[in-house]
Amino acid sequence: MSSREKILSAIKTNQPDYQKLDVQFKFETVYDDLFNKFSEILSFVGGKAIEVKNFDEIKADIQSHYSGVTRIATTIAEFSDLADFSLNIADPHDLETLNLAIIEGDFAVAENGAIWVSEKHIPHRVLPMITQYLVIVVKKSEIVTNMHRAYERVKVDDTGFGTFISGPSKTADIEQSLVIGAHGARGLTVYVLG
Amino acid sequence: MKVALFIPCYIDQFYPQVGIATLELLEKLGCEVVFPLNQTCCGQPMANSGFEHLNKDCDNNFVENFKGYDYIVSPSGSCTLHIKDHLHGSDETASKHIRKNIYELSEFLIDVLKVKNLTAKFPYKVGLHQSCHGQRGLKIAQMSELVAPPFSKAEQLLGMVAGISLIQLDRKDECCGFGGTFCVTEEAVSVKMGKDRVADHTRNDAEVITGSDVSCLMHMEGILRRQGSKIKVKHIAEILNSVVS
Amino acid sequence: MNNIKIDHSAAATEFNKDEARVNWHDETLWFVRSKRDKAVFQIPEWEQLREAGSQIKNHVLSNLHDYLTEFEKKATENGITVHWAADGKEHNEIIYSIIKNEGVNRMVKSKSMLTEECHLNEFLKEKGVEVIDSDLGERIVQMREEPPSHIVLPAIHLKKSDVGDTFHEHLGTEKGATDPQYLTEAARQHLRDTFLTRKVALTGVNFAIAETGGFVVCTNEGNADMGAHLADVHIAAMGFEKIIPKAEHLGVFLRLLARSATGQPITTFSSHFHKPRAGQKMHIVIVDNGRTTQLGRADFRNSLKCIRCAACFNTCPVYRRSGGHSYHTAIAGPIGSILAPNLDMAKNADLPFASTLCGSCSNVCPVKIDIHDQLYKWRQVLVKDGHVSSVKSIGIKSMASVLNSPKFYRTAGKLGRFLMKTAPFMVNNNMNVWYNQREMPEVPKESFRDWYLRKRN
Ligand code: SF4
Repeated sequence: MSSREKILSAIKTNQPDYQKLDVQFKFETVYDDLFNKFSEILSFVGGKAIEVKNFDEIKADIQSHYSGVTRIATTIAEFSDLADFSLNIADPHDLETLNLAIIEGDFAVAENGAIWVSEKHIPHRVLPMITQYLVIVVKKSEIVTNMHRAYERVKVDDTGFGTFISGPSKTADIEQSLVIGAHGARGLTVYVLG
Repeated sequence: MKVALFIPCYIDQFYPQVGIATLELLEKLGCEVVFPLNQTCCGQPMANSGFEHLNKDCDNNFVENFKGYDYIVSPSGSCTLHIKDHLHGSDETASKHIRKNIYELSEFLIDVLKVKNLTAKFPYKVGLHQSCHGQRGLKIAQMSELVAPPFSKAEQLLGMVAGISLIQLDRKDECCGFGGTFCVTEEAVSVKMGKDRVADHTRNDAEVITGSDVSCLMHMEGILRRQGSKIKVKHIAEILNSVVS
Repeated sequence: MNNIKIDHSAAATEFNKDEARVNWHDETLWFVRSKRDKAVFQIPEWEQLREAGSQIKNHVLSNLHDYLTEFEKKATENGITVHWAADGKEHNEIIYSIIKNEGVNRMVKSKSMLTEECHLNEFLKEKGVEVIDSDLGERIVQMREEPPSHIVLPAIHLKKSDVGDTFHEHLGTEKGATDPQYLTEAARQHLRDTFLTRKVALTGVNFAIAETGGFVVCTNEGNADMGAHLADVHIAAMGFEKIIPKAEHLGVFLRLLARSATGQPITTFSSHFHKPRAGQKMHIVIVDNGRTTQLGRADFRNSLKCIRCAACFNTCPVYRRSGGHSYHTAIAGPIGSILAPNLDMAKNADLPFASTLCGSCSNVCPVKIDIHDQLYKWRQVLVKDGHVSSVKSIGIKSMASVLNSPKFYRTAGKLGRFLMKTAPFMVNNNMNVWYNQREMPEVPKESFRDWYLRKRN
């Protein structure tokens, strides 16, 4: 008997009697202002949310914040003139030297400051992690309250990969002191387009 | 109301004053109190050490002594919990009745006697040690881990005592480290836990540490006395029964 | 690890020799518990959420066979190769054969307690394969050749000066440098190089979704993603209990996990893998290693509900004062103490006794495992199966015989004589253990019973 059969048959013998799943597992969360909550939580986890009216505002803000920065890539057509780094590459290792990635997020979650980023919008899975700094643009109308709503909003297997990103990469593995920029991006700015 | 008093072995042997205070307090509050003379122990020391299977005779003896009473009351949360969870004598009907009707003193005063005021006076700064078994097992106080409204039956009762001032602890319901045989099999950790618990009370200016479990109090007293501390340890029954002078 | 029998109590005694360090360890972990409290008190429905997590997991355990086969089918359709490993050895061999197939001898690995449980690193080292752990805490302990002392915070037992020394030796950081920012930056550079050069990456699995055949990996550092997305081959290793029915159930678990673990509202990255990227190969290794046995133990099976948040570690007053290594098992803390005896009763018989049964662990557990009740139950099993020292058994037996008989108790009991000899806190007839650091209670003039007979009878 293969290990597969052995394991599955032992499980069948040993698992308890079937127990129905009829517990409430989705809950309502009510916030006065979704953007404010999202912004508050995002700053708690080390990121920054900026409310903007249009792409020009974002562009101006990026230009002032990252003036002099080179090796910028974007997946958003409106910012193509900011980018000097093409994502049209075959090998993701080539992203090694990327300084700034400007990408689109599908939607955001107020309770935890997370943004769903998927292969729908990023040509390389490693893009939001390998870049030194990350900018995500998300529509204000696309903020949901909590994770229950988030999973109603996304079909996780629509793409081969998707991730919730909540703030910049971080660690507290040395004496519980928080350090931003462990392996992934050192900074995260989220523009919320209203 | 006929109440049988269960006085665990430590109290009987080392802290008779706690048994006396419990008995007097219950009598003051109008209960007819009986102390069944052939009682020994709840069986917890054996069971918590993994020897529950040796408890048949102990359980039967307990049932023999405590069957037929309206209520059984004990000044020990830990022993009460053990009976509630694990008493299985040969006479299951009587065992069940006991499991259902045994109360730790403070929950008995609040839930059954519905005590609203007391005549006690105790003009000291008091730190309350929430013993784990009473708190997390019998739920006589809200547990700090749960997202639920706070309450504490012991605090409610102490609040009825004139002159008392209850101090706030930094960690309000951390275990003292007694833990039955744990206190010797894991001596280092047990003592460290006890020292830390005592330090919290000391730091917050307690003059007296109280609680509803003599085993925890004995452990902390052992540490306080070794440190030469002036802090005294008193069971909650002694405070609630303290006479107005 | 080694085969020498280590005892929790002895290791804890050693740990307690440096009291200042114990204080620091206790306070650091209490700080994490406090962060957890702050986070969960912001969720009014927290207790219902725990109940939901618990019920979903109960349901999964009762239908594991079908969920696993559903998962296997979907994952295979997604282009993932699914392997089954009966034990740690087979798990290690499968991984080794995948690495060998690629013709490489190095691998990068993000946190996976399962691979610790199976001792994968040691196994691969013997085969000449170098493994680099990419989680910062794990990398630190790996350099020091120590096991992790905590499942979420692997290097929590170390001070920044220890890390500074280790990095000075292995990464060439300045001697005496202890700034966490500086040290983390050094690790970032070192590991970035690793991520960019490894062809095989291994990750753990936090949740595997039966409905969709995908899996979720949660990290704060982004190390699982960096490894997996840059490698040609991604291996994900999971214990079979990681399965959940549907993606919508992740709503519950992702709300519970990080808040319980570190007080964060969610981990920085919660990555959902469903298909290998173009040109990549993806493998999942589903491991038993004793889990089917545990599943068959009615009293202990719900330990398999664990989502490895480590809240029970942080709240445990014994863990905080004895350190993770005193548990001598891959998963320390309260949950480790109910998992380990299943794997090896003789070797881990001490662990269920390394607790005061205070119950705080069960209260913080996001999936409501009755941890302290299981500790109690393991004690009964271990004693019955003869895994408790004979000295202790004799002590307890003589105590039981006294307490079983009122007559015997009374003669033995006059003025504390019995307790002095056989009370639980002096069970080996060895008063010194109590008395070492604590005073004995004073023996009163008369027992309560004698007073009662005098006054009330
Ligand atoms: S037993 Fe519960 S609290 Fe402990 S690690 Fe597992 S899920 Fe977390």
